[in-house]
Amino acid sequence: MAEAVATRIPVKMTVNGTEYAAEVEPRLLLVHFLRDNLGLTGTHIGCDTSQCGACVVYLNGESIKSCTVLAVQADGGEVMTIEGLAKDGEYDPVQQGFWEMHGLQCGYCTPGMIMSTHSLLKRNPNPSETEIRHALEGNLCRCTGYQNIVKAVQYAAEQMSGGSAPTS
Amino acid sequence: MVASAPEKLVGKPIKRREDPRLITGAGVFIDDVRLPGLAHMAVLRSPYAHARIVSINADAARAMPGVLGVFTGEDIKHINPLPCAWQAPGVENKVNTPRLLALDEVHQVGDPVAVVVTESPYQAKDALAAIEVDYEELPAVVGARKATTPGAPQLHENAPSNIVFRWSCGQDADQVDAALAASEVQVRERIGNQQLIPTAIEPRGSIGRYDPGTGEYTLWATSQAPHVHRLLTAAFVLGVPEQKIRVIAPDVGGGFGSKIYLYFDMPLVLWLSEQLGGRPVKFFEDRSENFLHTSHGRGHDSDVAIGATKDGKITALRVDTFANLGGYLSTIAPGTPSTLYGRMVAGCYKIPNIHVGITGVYTNTAMVDAYRGAGRTEASYMIERVVDLVANATGVDPAEVRRLNFVQPEDFPFDNGLGGLPYDSGDYEKALNRALEMVGYEDLRREQAERRENGDRKMLGIGLSSFVEACGLGPSQYMGREGWAAGLWESANVRIHLTGKVVVTTGSLPHGQGHETTFSQLVADELGVPFEDIQVKHSDTQGTPFGYGSYGSRSLAVGGTAIYKSVAKVREKAMQLAAHLLEAAPEDIVYENGGAYVKGSPESGKTIQELAGAAHVGYDLPAGMEPTLEATTFYDPPSFTFPFGTHICVVEVDRDTGDTEVKRYVAVDDVGNVVNPLIVDGQLHGGITQGLGQALYEGVVYAEKGEMLTGSLNDYAIVRASMAPMFELENTVTPTSVNPLGARGVGEAGAIASTPAVANAVIDAVSHLGIRNMDMPLTPERVWRSMAANT
Repeated sequence: MAEAVATRIPVKMTVNGTEYAAEVEPRLLLVHFLRDNLGLTGTHIGCDTSQCGACVVYLNGESIKSCTVLAVQADGGEVMTIEGLAKDGEYDPVQQGFWEMHGLQCGYCTPGMIMSTHSLLKRNPNPSETEIRHALEGNLCRCTGYQNIVKAVQYAAEQMSGGSAPTS
Repeated sequence: MVASAPEKLVGKPIKRREDPRLITGAGVFIDDVRLPGLAHMAVLRSPYAHARIVSINADAARAMPGVLGVFTGEDIKHINPLPCAWQAPGVENKVNTPRLLALDEVHQVGDPVAVVVTESPYQAKDALAAIEVDYEELPAVVGARKATTPGAPQLHENAPSNIVFRWSCGQDADQVDAALAASEVQVRERIGNQQLIPTAIEPRGSIGRYDPGTGEYTLWATSQAPHVHRLLTAAFVLGVPEQKIRVIAPDVGGGFGSKIYLYFDMPLVLWLSEQLGGRPVKFFEDRSENFLHTSHGRGHDSDVAIGATKDGKITALRVDTFANLGGYLSTIAPGTPSTLYGRMVAGCYKIPNIHVGITGVYTNTAMVDAYRGAGRTEASYMIERVVDLVANATGVDPAEVRRLNFVQPEDFPFDNGLGGLPYDSGDYEKALNRALEMVGYEDLRREQAERRENGDRKMLGIGLSSFVEACGLGPSQYMGREGWAAGLWESANVRIHLTGKVVVTTGSLPHGQGHETTFSQLVADELGVPFEDIQVKHSDTQGTPFGYGSYGSRSLAVGGTAIYKSVAKVREKAMQLAAHLLEAAPEDIVYENGGAYVKGSPESGKTIQELAGAAHVGYDLPAGMEPTLEATTFYDPPSFTFPFGTHICVVEVDRDTGDTEVKRYVAVDDVGNVVNPLIVDGQLHGGITQGLGQALYEGVVYAEKGEMLTGSLNDYAIVRASMAPMFELENTVTPTSVNPLGARGVGEAGAIASTPAVANAVIDAVSHLGIRNMDMPLTPERVWRSMAANT
């Protein structure tokens, strides 16, 4: 055990457009790398079984739970976290949707919820209510009852598609 | 010059000012607090529910890389156990509270036995694995009723039969028994209310830092009550002078009650920091630890005897409840099943003969304390099941049984006979009628009959829940009588700076409720200043007057009223100053639209910003007036407030699989006056969903020897997006006269109303098969088994 702790492996990755290099323990989780090494604390940890989704980020364009990926697995990769979503001081439509529709209360699940929503709308720009609820099954919220999260996603879908109403 | 009327904000769905930081990842939760030299604490926990600690060997752990120290219960046995600050009133409570680390014996799986402090969190987990503990396993008991039976394993020497207290309210049991025996219709049932895990998505955590220079301690903690945590840590646990401790709650990621209590880690990280010469020490539990050891809720097992007339009038009710309190008493555990449950069992009904008896019990589970709706959730579930059992036994429609027994508008203030505070006001039938109309009750009953006639596989169920709850806690005098070991008022300070900007400090604090927005709306309207000019400060004991914190839906009703009264004082002083500056009589001054002026002459008036400037520089003040515009209020409410309403749930239950689908959910709530409807609806959505979770999905399961079988989010089912319906909400508005805002409170109403609505719907769907009660959660398996046993 003591030997394993002493072993360090170099990793390089681009996070929110900035390149980082570090030497890490092979067991270091990506979420801890982002939070503790890079100080990007917007990505949260809410469970230890990959259920809650508070830690969702993009890795190479795919949304992943960063508590289930080792930092070394992200070597050479491109990561985007909640901190990288707003562009030029403008909120992403998903962020705007959560604000407009009161899609958050305590805000702890929110970064993961927003990242998962963002990923959903990339795959399916005009999801039905059922599709939204299904797509967010891996993100747990204890405050909102999800109703306003669904509305937030619909708001964002509408904004991103230039105003056409989403189907229900 | 005083400007024309600014837009009123109270009552408007203002977007929350908290959200920009939270949607960008810029919020600072406990795990995000960064301090130089931060050391990490991890906890070795008991794998046994009941055992004697024979020996602990930490030598190997102490020698591991990064280990700064290992500490056991023996090392800190001079530190007091945690206090229990609310005991069941008027009876003896056999108090056993947890030590920071177990000494000699453990009483639940997850009991902290030792801690390691290391340079990094990963090193801490490694070091834990190297500690050897020799346990002698002792017999354990799970189930409150079982724990009181002869021969059951005993947890604590001072509590024979594991009984913490026996407490009752209402009439004498004998008198109620006689009324029951004389009733035309008699029903007996055993009604459960399963143990739940609050499951805030942010687990609990704490950081302690000791300053060797000043002898001061700072505690950052996931806290719903920082001042209370300071008081308890200082005066009851560590014996440190209260003024030497500062407690800060950063952004808190949900609480639902579970962050009210004082936990072992909060004093411990302060003590550890002192041992390490001032290095800050952090503890952040993982989800498994949260499930095992952060206080749970509910956990009742009750015998019920109901008497009624043939036409559905309730004549007598006797409820005898075993309440599980876990292996030790959590901070306010005994008060929930007594004051908050026992005294509310009558719900919104007039019941001429009623007796409620509670037995608080130790068992080898996690501690059980108040969880969203605390006590009132269990009471509303009990009484709303009782009403449906009466409907079932008499054949009278459940809506009609409710109407027949409701407290009527002319009955207020109403004493329900259980020794609590009188209900202030309400119109229960109006809310019921509106909910029935919204849902299309008669059509649904017709459809239900048709489906039954046709033998449809999808059986329709309609569940009603009419509720009243008690919230907005204090008043202090009453709570003191009820065994609460402190006051229960709230504080607020309102200060207008020289620049005209407003700082509000409050003893209330948010963990998702949006206090900064709601309170700013209130102050903006009352003072006539722009929303943007107001800063609401909270969650830090430094520089704020003592406050009791947020729980029991008290933030607006009590904390908001304290703010309202402070604003009124500031306004009054501003008017006196205006009278002086305008050379007018004080009685001729009016305050309106953000300024004070002589009646009829707003154009020559002074804005509040001008007055604030004048008050601050103090060049020209009336004789005897102190500089600045600032006021503090400690508001002690005269009574509880009593929100009420009716919720109706419509479900389809699959006859072949027992699976339930929620088709519709209609809620009519009366929370009094509403400051921000967006936030109020959000509170209802979330509360209803948690209650729905209890009815259908959630429940802690312990094996016979006390191991938790639902120890992760894989096994403990909180509601996911696909499991929740769209809610149809409406309000009736009956302002309470208890506080000047007319606000009743909304934080818990949804959770209090929804569990019985959903459970009643599922049971209604299968009632024609001869089923009149089932235990929650109403999982497909449980419903299927119940159907199988009845056909």
